[in-house]
Order: sequence, then structure tokens, then C-alpha cells
Amino acid sequence: MDLFLAYQSLIAFVGINGLLALSVYATLCCGQLSLANAGFMAIGAYTGALITQHARGVPFVAVLAASALLPAIIAVPLGLPVLRLRGVFLAIATIGFGEMVRLFFVNWDYTNGALGLVAIPQRTHLWTIFLALAGALYLLGRLRGSRAGYALEAIREDETAARTMGIDTTAHKLAMFVLGAAIAGVAGALEAHLTFMVAPSGYGFGRVVDMLVQAVVGGTAAFFGPVIGAAFLTVLPEVLREAGARLGFAPGPFRLFLNGAILLVVILFLPNGLVSLLRRRRAA
Amino acid sequence: MGQQALNGVFVGSIYALFAVGYTLVFGVLDILNLAHQAVFMLAAFAALLLVADAHLPLWAAMPLAVLFAGLLGILLERLAFRPLRGRADSNISGLISSLAMGTVFEAIALQIFGPDTSRFPHGTFPDRLIRIGGASASLLQLCIIAISVVLMALLTLLLARTRLGRQIRAVAESPRAARILGVNVDRVIAAAFFISSSLGGAAGVLFALAFNSISPDVGRSVELKGLAVIILGGMGSIPGAVIAGFALGLIEVFTVAGFGSSYRDAVSFAVLFVVLLARPRGLLGQAAAREA
Amino acid sequence: MTLALQSVSRSFGGVRAVEDATFTVEKGEVHGLIGPNGAGKTTLVNLISGLLQPTQGEIALEGQRIDRLPAHRIAARGVARTYQNIRLFAGLSAAGNVVVGEHLRRRAPLWPRLLLLPSARREERAAAQTALEALARVGLRERAGTAAANLSYGEQRRVEIARALASQPRVLLLDEPTAGMNPNEARNVARLVREVAREGRAVLLIEHNVRLVMELCDRITVLNFGRVIARGGPAEVTKDPAVITAYLGEAE
Ligand SMILES: Nc1ncnc2c1ncn2[C@@H]1O[C@H](COP(=O)(O)OP(=O)(O)OP(=O)(O)O)[C@@H](O)[C@H]1O
Ligand SMILES: [Mg+2]
Repeated sequence: MDLFLAYQSLIAFVGINGLLALSVYATLCCGQLSLANAGFMAIGAYTGALITQHARGVPFVAVLAASALLPAIIAVPLGLPVLRLRGVFLAIATIGFGEMVRLFFVNWDYTNGALGLVAIPQRTHLWTIFLALAGALYLLGRLRGSRAGYALEAIREDETAARTMGIDTTAHKLAMFVLGAAIAGVAGALEAHLTFMVAPSGYGFGRVVDMLVQAVVGGTAAFFGPVIGAAFLTVLPEVLREAGARLGFAPGPFRLFLNGAILLVVILFLPNGLVSLLRRRRAA
Repeated sequence: MGQQALNGVFVGSIYALFAVGYTLVFGVLDILNLAHQAVFMLAAFAALLLVADAHLPLWAAMPLAVLFAGLLGILLERLAFRPLRGRADSNISGLISSLAMGTVFEAIALQIFGPDTSRFPHGTFPDRLIRIGGASASLLQLCIIAISVVLMALLTLLLARTRLGRQIRAVAESPRAARILGVNVDRVIAAAFFISSSLGGAAGVLFALAFNSISPDVGRSVELKGLAVIILGGMGSIPGAVIAGFALGLIEVFTVAGFGSSYRDAVSFAVLFVVLLARPRGLLGQAAAREA
Repeated sequence: MTLALQSVSRSFGGVRAVEDATFTVEKGEVHGLIGPNGAGKTTLVNLISGLLQPTQGEIALEGQRIDRLPAHRIAARGVARTYQNIRLFAGLSAAGNVVVGEHLRRRAPLWPRLLLLPSARREERAAAQTALEALARVGLRERAGTAAANLSYGEQRRVEIARALASQPRVLLLDEPTAGMNPNEARNVARLVREVAREGRAVLLIEHNVRLVMELCDRITVLNFGRVIARGGPAEVTKDPAVITAYLGEAE
């Protein structure tokens, strides 16, 4: 029974991390490195938790919808100015946003500051997580091959040329930024109602780095790559934990080390991520 | 007032020293080296080991720790940056690979030293207070300010006057042109990393001494401050980073005095945001690249 | 009158890349734009397509000003272009590039795809079909599936032309479309340019190959140091003393 419970939570985290990796992918697939998603996740998590704690009758679907909506709404006025920035400047600005959100919650007495909210009723089930994941995958998958999907690829390849093809690059980038925010918000709410708690320390820079690492390791050339990356990097440390412990590694540093080392190997030798292994296999 | 200003200059000198190294690599490679904070942290731990376990005096431990940081920089360049050179998206993939190296460094520190705060043994540095006008400062604080300023002056001299400095500037301007002029670009980039990481390491040691606390995540908060500084100063601009470092230190101290300490960190992000949106080039940054 | 430039100027810091340029490009016309290196030709194309804003002057398309519009809106008005230093979407196939070029003509919203409606499939197939036809027009039908990065230089230039034509533009701006092509390829491009003009589009052609310009163009505008130094039919322009000194001056 204990064993099953342990695996159940691992599987749940595969799903949640998959959603988060997809939320980073949403902007990455049009060439924008945005690192605001830990902030959006926090907003979604707090929104969901507050609704559940203060309005008990609200169905969970509505809670999740609110957790998607609020980050999405905030993403519009944020994205409009910030998405004009290129490359590392966008990354830096969005890191700044994420930290501001975290500091906001640290200083907000209503949500107990740095301690956060506890005893949130558990309302997330495995099937809720995987339904949300399937929904996000379906949306992003259907985007490919569509008019908008081609526009996004064009923007990723050469934004200036895309503009002279008549593509409204700002609108497309903004739409994906908002979509990413919504997905991150849902993931945040799902996690909050799974682990019973939210605290600002869970939404720091390290969290968005995890999302990015998973998306890149899985590969952003295919829409399902980030989910593969998330699954791989969530499960692997657990699988190797025994071996790591035998070598004298504590679980925390061990997971961190694996994350970093695998990311390095992937970016150097498999620029298109783990999914390119699948492709190669199929081509051969 | 005078006391606040002194504190601001003190914090600012560390920010500036950290950011100068950050911005040097950005100026040369156009890559944000997100492992800079990990080098900062490891150098602090190295100094701690040398003082606490090897019982070296601080004046000997510090240069050794700085040298160690410089060597880490060279390692970093070899493993995370050189293999990516020439790739189309190298400024994004370089950012990611430096993140990977930073994570590995952090994991190593976490494994060796644990997540808790470590401290220098008592009496590593004599505590003595010195009064300047109406303000008082510890001898340590003054030494830190002096060391930072001297190091930044040395860097400026090195860039302006030496052959290596000219070569670094040439590579920053255009690697291709520099290569045609006979500059060994790979070697110059490695040297820039050595210098950048040494300065970051020195900032780490000074920071650890100043607050007498080191943990594997000390670099994280300084990293974010450093980002604000290099944005404010203009990416790639060394004088910009120096000025902006001191400016941020002063802004922070006066914000805390005026609005309370919960706003200390928020202010650097506010600065970062406003500058990015209003003047993305920063105070002293170069013009934007051509479009088509 | 299709495209009209009125006293257009653009400077970069101290450099006056284009100064006081006035000319029109009419429907059905191939209008040559020539001049020595650095004369400001590419800058003019960037100004017309909206990648740059003029510091002075007006650009109008069929009587309506376009010089303050963002680039994608100008494209939507019917201005398409190619690039002197090829800017294909390297990761996409030749056909994919052309499909992007069709962006303005496709009106399909996303929801039919999300709901798996048959109309979405139909639309997708139609887009692929038009892309193939556009590629056939530049003689690259067999290369449709090849990644743009793996095409030869001349092939890449031709895909760029197909991509620009895919939006069925009113004005086509070609920035040195035959640079780096072999004579045979260049001849085919010349034939295509004629055809395109005959369809009633306005073509602005930047070209260093003097023979080609003389053969192809109805009218020619000559730039030097950003200024228009001569204009007229091919025969007039070649005899113009200012043009001769500009080109000879460059040769020295
Ligand atoms: N974005 C820019 N920033 C600064 N200067 C520019 C820019 N674009 C063009 N210039 C300058 O403007 C002048 C005209 O350049 P342009 O590229 O328009 O010439 P061109 O006629 O297309 O030359 P070529 O035949 O070599 O293609 C040159 O002096 C060039 O250096
Ligand atoms: Mg040109």
C-alpha cells in the first residue's frame, strides 16, 4: 500500500511537471525564452487555494478555470511590453517578474507571508492531472500544421522575415505567452490541491529552471517533447536514488546533480532533446 | 544619512564587483553566464576551507580562492561554452548550458557542505570600528570597499592598456575581424572567462566575509541583483556595471531606510523592469544591432 | 499609381542612406533600382516594407500612406519582398516556407482544427497544393520536401521568390534576386519577373547585372549616395553622364 502511494505521488508529479514544461514550451516554440512561469504558477496556486478555502461550494473545475484565467489576464499587460525584448533580455525581464511575484506573496500577510497557506483540501486526483495534461497536449499538438502553427515556426526561425510575410508577430507571441501562463496557473492549482499547501519558496527561480530543463531535455522540436523530458527527469532520480545513496549522495543534491549533468549532455550532444532519439530510431 | 550612504557604497561595491565579471563575459560572447553565481559561491567555500581546515591566514586564502574561481571559469568555458560556439542559437543555448553547469556546481556544494549556513571561524578578521565623520564602519567593510575598487581599477587598466585588454576588446567588437587580425580568439575568450570568474570569486569571498555566512544558494540572490546591475549599466559595459553596482547598493539601502526591509529585494527588480522597458540599452550600453 | 515615394529620406546617425527619393512604381511595370554598393537600395526596400521608418517623406500605396504602419500591416496591404542576404526559415521545408508566405491568404481560424472538422483538413490540403504550384512556378516542385537549409544558393533564392509570390502581392520588391545564380537560373528568374508584371503586379527590381536590367525593366531609377541621380527608360539612363561617372567613379 505504501509502495502504491509512493508511486502514485510520483506519477502525479510526472503529470504536473509535464504541464509546467509545456507551459515553458508554449513560448519556446516561437523562439521566446520566457522565465515568468514560476510566477504564473504561484498566482494560479494561490488563486485556487484561496477559492477552495474561502468558498467551499465552488466546483473544482471552476477553481481550475479561475487559476488559469487570472495568470492569463496578468500575462497580457506584462507580455505587451516585455515581448518586445529579444533573447536574453526577455529572459532577464521575466526572471524579474517571477521574483516580484514571489516577493509579493512573501510580503502579503493575508496569505501568511513566507509561511504560505496550509491545510488546503485535497481535490486533485490523478485523472484530473492527466486530463489537464491531455488537454494541453491536444491544444499544442493541433496547433502544428495550422496557419497559426506555421506562423509560430516562422517567428522562431526569423522574426523579421515573418513580419514581412504579414504575420503579426506581437499578437502570436502574446497569445502563446498567455497560453503558457494559463497552463502554468492550472498546474499550480493542481499541485496546491495535491500537496495541501502553497508557500512562496516553492515558486522561486529554481522552479522555473526545473521547467526549462525538462522542456529542453525532452526537446522542443516536437510538442510532446517537454512531457517526455518532465517524465524522464521526474522518474530518473527516484530510480537512481538507491544507487546514489550507496555512493553516498543525499537525495537533494543528487537530483540537482542529475538535472544539471543531463541538461549539459543534452544541450551539447542532442540539441533537439530526447525526442530526436525517437526520430532517429524511426528514420533508421 | 552618512551612515546609510556608507552602507550603500559597501553593498554596492560587492554588487559592482560581481556584475563586472558578469558583464565582461556578456560583452565578449553575448552570452549570459548563469553559472557566475555558482563560481561566486564555490570561491567563498574554497576560502572557508582554506581558513577553517587548512588554517591559512586570510591574506593567503583569499588569493588562492580567487585563483580557484578563475580556474573554474576556464573549466566552465571549455565544457559549457566552447562546444556551442558557432551554433545558430548560441546565446540561448549558452545560457542554458551555463545554467546546467551552475546547477552541477551547486549540487556539489550541497553534497559537500550541506544546505545549512557555514561560517568563518571566530577571529578570522579583527573586528574594529572606525569612525568617519558622523558614520562608523568596521575595518572589514572598509577593506572590502578598498579591495573591490582596486580590483575594478585593475580590470579597467588591463582592458585599456595591455595587449590582452586590446585583444579582448577586439573580440568583443567582432570575433571574425579579430581572428583576421591574428588574434587567437579561443585563448582570448578563455582569458576573459578566467578574469570574469576570478572577479566573481573575489566578490564571493568578500560577500562571505561581510555577512559571515555561506550556503550553497548564496549566489542566487546576488545573481538576481547582478542582473539588475548589468541591465542598468548597459549589457557589456564595464564602467556601466561599476556605476550601476554602487547605484543599486545605495538605492537599496535608502529604500530599506524609507520603506522597510521587505522592499529591499523588490527594488532591484523594479529597477530592472523600468530600465528594460524604458531604455533597454541601459545607462551606458551600445546601440542595438541592425535589422535587415 | 501603385507605389509612390515622395521625398523619402532615412539616415543612420550621420550616414544619409537615402535622401529625398521620389519615384513611383506602376501596376504591370518592372521598375529597376540600380546604383553602386552602399547607394541605399536595400535601405529603400526596408523602408517600403516597413522594417525601417523614414526620417522624412511619405510612402503611399494606391493613395494611402503606409510609411507609419508596422511591417505586417504593410504586407497585408499587398507588399511582398525577398532579401539580398537570403532569409528563409531554415528549419522549414521549401514547401513550408511557401505555406508561411500564404499566411495572408489563408483565413482559417484554429477551432475547426481543434474540433477535427473536415473543413480544416480540406483547407490544409489546399494550402499544400498551392504551395506546390508556387514551387513549380520557380521550377522547384521536386524539392518541395527538402529543408531550406539544404537547398543550393540559387534554389534558396527561388524559394524566396515563390514565398513572396504566395501572398499574391500587388507590389513585389526583389533585392538582387539573381545574385549568385548561374546564367541559366538567372534567365528563368528574368522570365518569371516579366510574367509577374504581366499579371498586373508592380515589381521593384534591384539588380547588379546590367544586361538583365536593360532587358527587363520598363523604367529605371539610379541611386548614388542615397540620392536619385537619374531616371527614365533603359536607353536614356545608360547615356546619362551622371550615371556614367557614378559607375566609373566606383570602378576607379
Ligand atoms: N541599419 C543600418 N544602420 C546603420 N547604417 C546602415 C544601416 N543600413 C544601411 N546602412 C548604411 O546605409 C548605406 C546604404 O546601405 P544599403 O545597404 O542600403 O546599400 P545598397 O545600395 O543596398 O548596397 P549593396 O549594393 O551593397 O547592397 C550604407 O552606407 C550602409 O552602411
Ligand atoms: Mg543592398
